[in-house]
Formats: sequence, C-alpha cells, structure tokens
Amino acid sequence: MKNWFKSGAPWIWLNGGAVALCIVMVVGLLGLIAIRGFGHFWPADIMQTTIVDKAGVGKAILGEKVRSETIPAAVARDGGYEIGDDVELVTRYLVKEGNRDVSARDFNWYLGIGMGEWEYPENAVSIERREWGNFYGFPQQLLENGAVIASLGEETFWQELSERVERSLDIHSDISHIEKGAIGRINHKLERIRLDKRRLELQGADAATMAAAEAEFAARRAELDAQYVEVKAERDALYKLLERDTLIATVASGREVKIPLQNIVRVTRPNAMGVFGKMGQYVERFWEFLSDEPREANTEGGIFPAIFGTVTMVLVMSIIVTPFGVLAAIYLREYAKQGPVLRLIRISVYNLAGVPSIVYGVFGLGFFVYILGGSLDELFYPESLPAPTFGTPGLFWASLTLALLTLPVVIVSTEEGLSRIPTTIRQGSLALGATKAETLWKVVVPLATPAMMTGLILAIARAAGEVAPLMLVGVVKLAPSLPIDGNYPYLHLDQKIMHLGFHIYDVGFQSPNVEAARPLVYATALTLVLLIIVLNLTAIRIRNSLREKYRSASD
Amino acid sequence: MLETTDAVANRDTETDAVQAPEQAHAGYEPDQQQPFDTSESLAMENETVKLEVKDLNLYYGQDRALKNISLQIPEKKVTAFIGPSGCGKSTLLRCFNRMNDLVDSCRIDGEILLDGDDIYAPGVDAAELRRQVGMVFQKPNPFPKSIYENVAYGLRLQGVKSKRVLDTVVENSLRGAALWDEVKDRLHDNAFGLSGGQQQRLVIARAIAIEPEVILLDEPASALDPISTLKIEELIYELKDKYTIVIVTHNMQQAARVSDYTAFMYMGDLIEFGDTDTLFTNPAKKKTEDYITGRYG
Repeated sequence: MKNWFKSGAPWIWLNGGAVALCIVMVVGLLGLIAIRGFGHFWPADIMQTTIVDKAGVGKAILGEKVRSETIPAAVARDGGYEIGDDVELVTRYLVKEGNRDVSARDFNWYLGIGMGEWEYPENAVSIERREWGNFYGFPQQLLENGAVIASLGEETFWQELSERVERSLDIHSDISHIEKGAIGRINHKLERIRLDKRRLELQGADAATMAAAEAEFAARRAELDAQYVEVKAERDALYKLLERDTLIATVASGREVKIPLQNIVRVTRPNAMGVFGKMGQYVERFWEFLSDEPREANTEGGIFPAIFGTVTMVLVMSIIVTPFGVLAAIYLREYAKQGPVLRLIRISVYNLAGVPSIVYGVFGLGFFVYILGGSLDELFYPESLPAPTFGTPGLFWASLTLALLTLPVVIVSTEEGLSRIPTTIRQGSLALGATKAETLWKVVVPLATPAMMTGLILAIARAAGEVAPLMLVGVVKLAPSLPIDGNYPYLHLDQKIMHLGFHIYDVGFQSPNVEAARPLVYATALTLVLLIIVLNLTAIRIRNSLREKYRSASD
Repeated sequence: MLETTDAVANRDTETDAVQAPEQAHAGYEPDQQQPFDTSESLAMENETVKLEVKDLNLYYGQDRALKNISLQIPEKKVTAFIGPSGCGKSTLLRCFNRMNDLVDSCRIDGEILLDGDDIYAPGVDAAELRRQVGMVFQKPNPFPKSIYENVAYGLRLQGVKSKRVLDTVVENSLRGAALWDEVKDRLHDNAFGLSGGQQQRLVIARAIAIEPEVILLDEPASALDPISTLKIEELIYELKDKYTIVIVTHNMQQAARVSDYTAFMYMGDLIEFGDTDTLFTNPAKKKTEDYITGRYG
C-alpha cells in the first residue's frame, strides 16, 4: 500500500479523475443545450385523441405531445381524479394544443388514464400565425374575397393553400421593405430637418437667415411629404392585397375558425410528411430562427437582432479594449519605474477582474451614460435635447463598459507576452542604434502580438457571455432596428441593442408563456455558445498565424 | 536620422581628420594602484588608439565590478579579453557601447574615449554611439523578420528608404559576413530558418550594414559548433581590415588564433595587457601564467 502511494499512481488517478469530471460536465452541459436547442425545430407529429375529464365530460384533444412524466397515483387522486386503488403510478402528458384564440391555454397536462387511442390524422395541420400563437386543426375551405376557391378533399387544395400563403408572405416582405427602407429614410430626413432648424435657433441666427432657412426647410419637407404620400399609397395598396384570402378551419372540438391568410407564417402537415420533408422543414425553421425578427413578446420568430447586436457590441468592445489595454501594458512593463507604486497599480488592475460585473453596470450607467453621455449631448447634440442622444443607454456605452470589464485580461496577457520577449532581441536592436521606442515598436510589440490576441480571445469570451451590466447600459428586450443601416452615419453607436444573453434571460424568465418559451431558451443559449466559439476560433486562427510568423523567437 | 550610407562613410573620414594620434597618450599618468601598468604595454607605438579607457570603475549597486581599468585599444586590430567567468570582461565590453545603461543599478566613473571624445559625456546620444560601436552577442539574436529585413533594419532606422541603396547594402553586408552565397536565393525567408552559425553571421552582417567603426563581439562563437566557429574566426580575421574589433572569449586558443592584442582580467582587475604573442608565450604576471596554463579559471 505504501509502495502504491510512493509510485505516484494515486496522484495520476486523482488528476485523471479531475479531468474526467470536467469533461463530463462540459460535454453534459453542451449536450443538454444542443439536444434541447436543436430538437425544437423538428416538426413534431400532431396527435388526436379523446379524454374524459374529472367531471365525466368527454373532450377531443389535438396537438403536439411535448413531454410525459410518471407520477404517483396518490398525487393524481389528491388532484380529484378517480383512480383505482391497485394503480400506483400514472403517466401524464403535456400537450401543446395552441389555439390561444379559441381556448384559454395552449399547453395542458392530461392524465393517461381515461385517454382514448392516439391517432395521427393526415390532414391535421399546425399553422404558425403572427398572433395568437400556433393553430392546430383541420383546414376546410379556402376563400378569396369571401368566395370558395378550394375545399379539403379537392386535389388542388394543398397546392392552392401553399401558393397563396407564399403570396401573402411575399407581400409582407414587400411591405416591411417599404416601411423599413423608404419610410424609415423619409422619417430620418424629416428628423434631420427638425434638428437643423433647432440648431439654427440655438445658434441664435438672425431673422433673415432664419427666414431663408425656413423656406429651404419647408421646401425639403414638402418634397419629403410628397414622397411619403406616394410610398404610403403603395404600402396601403399592398395591405389591401393582403386582405384577399381567408382560410376556414375546424379545431378539435369541431368549431369553425376563420384565419386570414395574412396572419399565417407557415402551414405544416407533419403527419403527412416523410423524413426528408421534415428535414427540409427543420432547416427552414432553423434558418428562420437565425435570420428573422422576434414575434409575440420574443416567444416566436427569430433572434437575428440579438445575434447582430451581440456581434456588433463585441466588435466595438474589441476595438476599444485592444489599444487601451496594449498601451497600458506597454507602459507598465516597459516604461514605468518598478517599485511599490507600480506594484500597487498592478494589483489594482488585476483585482478589477474580480469586481462583480453588475458593479461595472452601475458605474457605466452613472458615469458613462449620465455624466459623459449627458455632457456629450450638451456639447454636440443640443438640438435634440431634451431627447437624449448619448445621454441614454446604448451600444457605445455597453461596449465601453465591457471594455472596462475586460481591460485587466488584456493588460495581464500583454504584460506576460512582453516579459517573455528575450532580452537578447531587445539588445540586438539597441546595439544597432535603435532608441528604446524604436526597439519597442519595431521588434518587441510585433513579437508580443500573439499574447495580445490571447488577451483579446479571453476578453471576447467574457464579454459575449456577460449580461448583468448590459441590462443597465444599453441592452433592451426588443430593438428590431439594427445598429447598422443605410442612414448616415451608418453605425449608430447611440442605438439600443438586443443581446443573446439578455434574450435568454428575457425569454426564459420574463415571458408570459413559459412553456412556449422553454425550447427557445435552449436554442438561444446554443446560438450564443456557437457564436462565442466562432468568435474565439477566428481570434485563435489569427493568433496561430501570428505565432507561426514569429515561430522560434521565444525559444 | 536621415543619414544614407554615404553620410556614414563621410563621418568616418571626418572623425579620422579630427583625431590626432598623439592625443591618445597625452596627459595620461598611470595609476599606482593599478595592478597592471599600461605604460609598459605599449609595444603599440606605431598603432593608432581607437578606444581609450581611463581609470574606469563600475559598480552594480554596492559591488565594484570593474576596478581602475585603464587600457588602449588600437584601431583596425583585434583585441581579445580573456579571463575566468565573472571577471568583468563582458561588463567592460558593454561599457564601450553603453549597453550597461540599461541596467538600473549600474554606475560608472572614469572615462572612455572614442577617438578622443568621452562617450559618457553629458549630451552624447547612446543610440548615435551604438551606430559607431556595433555589437554581436553570445547567442544569435536575429529579429523575427526576413533575412533581408534583418540586415536592412539598421538602415531603415536611419531613414533609408531607397530600395536600390538597401539592396546594395544588404548584399555587401552579407558578402562581408561570408553569408551571401548561402542565402542569396532566400533573402525573404524568415531568419529563424537559418542554422545557428548562419544566424550568427547574419547578426554580424546586420552589425556591419550600418558601417560602424568598432565591432564588439561578446563570445560570438561560444554557442556554435566547431565548423561554424571556424567560419566566424575566419570572418573576424577578414573584418579587421576595415573595423576595430574587440572580442570577449572564454576560449584561450581562440584568443591566440584571432587576436593581435590580449587583455587578461581577473576579479574586476586588468591584470595584463599586451600583444597576443608576448602575453601567451611570455606573460609578465604570475596570475596570467597560471590562467593560460590552466591552473584555474
């Protein structure tokens, strides 16, 4: 036994065990997120059955089985269900019935006892709608301006339905194009006219200038108004076109429901689909999730603005933190006189990394947003006051706060990198008549770039996953307009953004419909993890190519 | 900063004109404390003195690393410093291009004259001095750049941009360092791809590219294999036609082979200085004799 200890075997086992535990945790976490996240997009079959409830009334059920669980019979008995004494365990099912406009709740638990046979009717459809959530039922008739075009059972029915849904989606995309593009541009220009005028007033221009400017503004405004009328007419015509078609469908109970086609996002008939059909559907839904805007209080639709916001914020943060961190590290390592003061500064910087991130949020809000932003507004944007431009949380402040948060990481790794550059290389440069500064910029700093990239990688990983401070300095629940667009100055640093981390919190914990949001939480978390991996891999690739370039210098 | 190679060459001639040979000896009284009396050594009456050290003391904090050193280094000759480890020979070498400035605790008194001008005088630009006094270190230290850029580095620092000038200087320097034939086809490859011996010759090429007057070699062959060492020694022999060379070496055979004058140092003292043949065959001091016959060191 003593020899066994001496041999070091227990240590190897202990170390190996620690590694194994880490791997199990990481793989388990990622696996859970991946399975739940990816599973959400698979079109589930629609089951139909009947159940007799507590009061003895029969009810038809149509929907997707979400999950099932086994509970002790006693619990169900306490709930008022009549269950024989010989039964110990019962199964209950969570069914997504949708149809929030018809019945009160879209997710319901049903006991397995008293449930009829399950069927998967071929004509059952799930319809994603722009409001009221999913619809489950059987389509019956397709109406155009009130006249029946096709009925269920006719050969052309499904074909006709999908073509018309396609048409309404096209019109929708045209409308949103007009609203975001042309109308957005007109509004932007009108706002600028207002600001120009206000600026003139603030500058105290005399009456003559004022009058001249006024006339010019009026002309510009009239032109824009004319454009607006034109564009609006175009848009209204499109809206009119949208109203044409209606679908009549029955729900499980047999009740008839009218669904305007303009409300439909997608019609799927999962029970009639083969594996390949479902795969196509899967890819389509997944793509929509990545590329679309959220609907229905973020519980439906996609997360594109959040992805875009996260990436933009991380990039702006990198642009801010890298020069700051690198310059600070160079000063600390190369120029500052080593001594107690420097040691104190260094300890303070290192400890900044341990400050709870919410503290940065509060600091960002108090100092950056209110003090700095408020002063910026007074100096540069007095015309739009009292509406704040930079004196309110926004992309720039969020990035700046994160830059402050990740600064220690960049400083520490850059310092490490600088201290690893061999003295012989520095001396070689000095011996050729280079000054200290020339040696630094031409030889030492290029050699330390891989270390700076390491710092940046760590900073990105930390920043992309940070949520708490962002809630205070610029991230909001819904900001469908992106921080980059076609209107001058193209990158809107003052705009509020959406963020994947905050989106997870919002959908998971602030959502009115927990069951509907649950899979989205996993899917969003998965996207965030993948996004961080992609950002990191990019940075790692850059670092490795730099390392390759300066290969054996640090031998 | 905008000095071309021509300007460097001009400076050479100017300083030659300023320098008066007799100035090197003028007004110099050897210190009685000194273990070695330099006045004896000057079997170099017909040499021009390039560097002159006068009563040099160097302290690292409280430690006195060099004690009352005085010696004269002749122009366009090879002078070797030998002695056991820690005797101060590298420290002395580093005084010649003020590399010791980089050590915070280092303090110097005494004078070092380059062509009669004190290099430690206030107002002397260390970077400017190092352009006149180049240095090659023990371990090859090429920059993480291409071979071409390594050699061009010093010129680029001086603001030379003309590709034609750079090309010419790079080729001449590499030829001067006997490296041209080996690297002419891969000038733009990374310098780390070269062998240790080639890297060391590259570093020498880099040093001679800016046409210094003095080249300091700090154990230049100690990290190299015998064949590379031989090449470096041959190179030193060729270089002394154009440059004043000071070499520190552990290897007494090497000192005997390459140098014209040799200084033996021990524990911060200059024990003996003289022409190499005399010092090795007929040393004046007991300590020198003990060292070169291998009694200690």
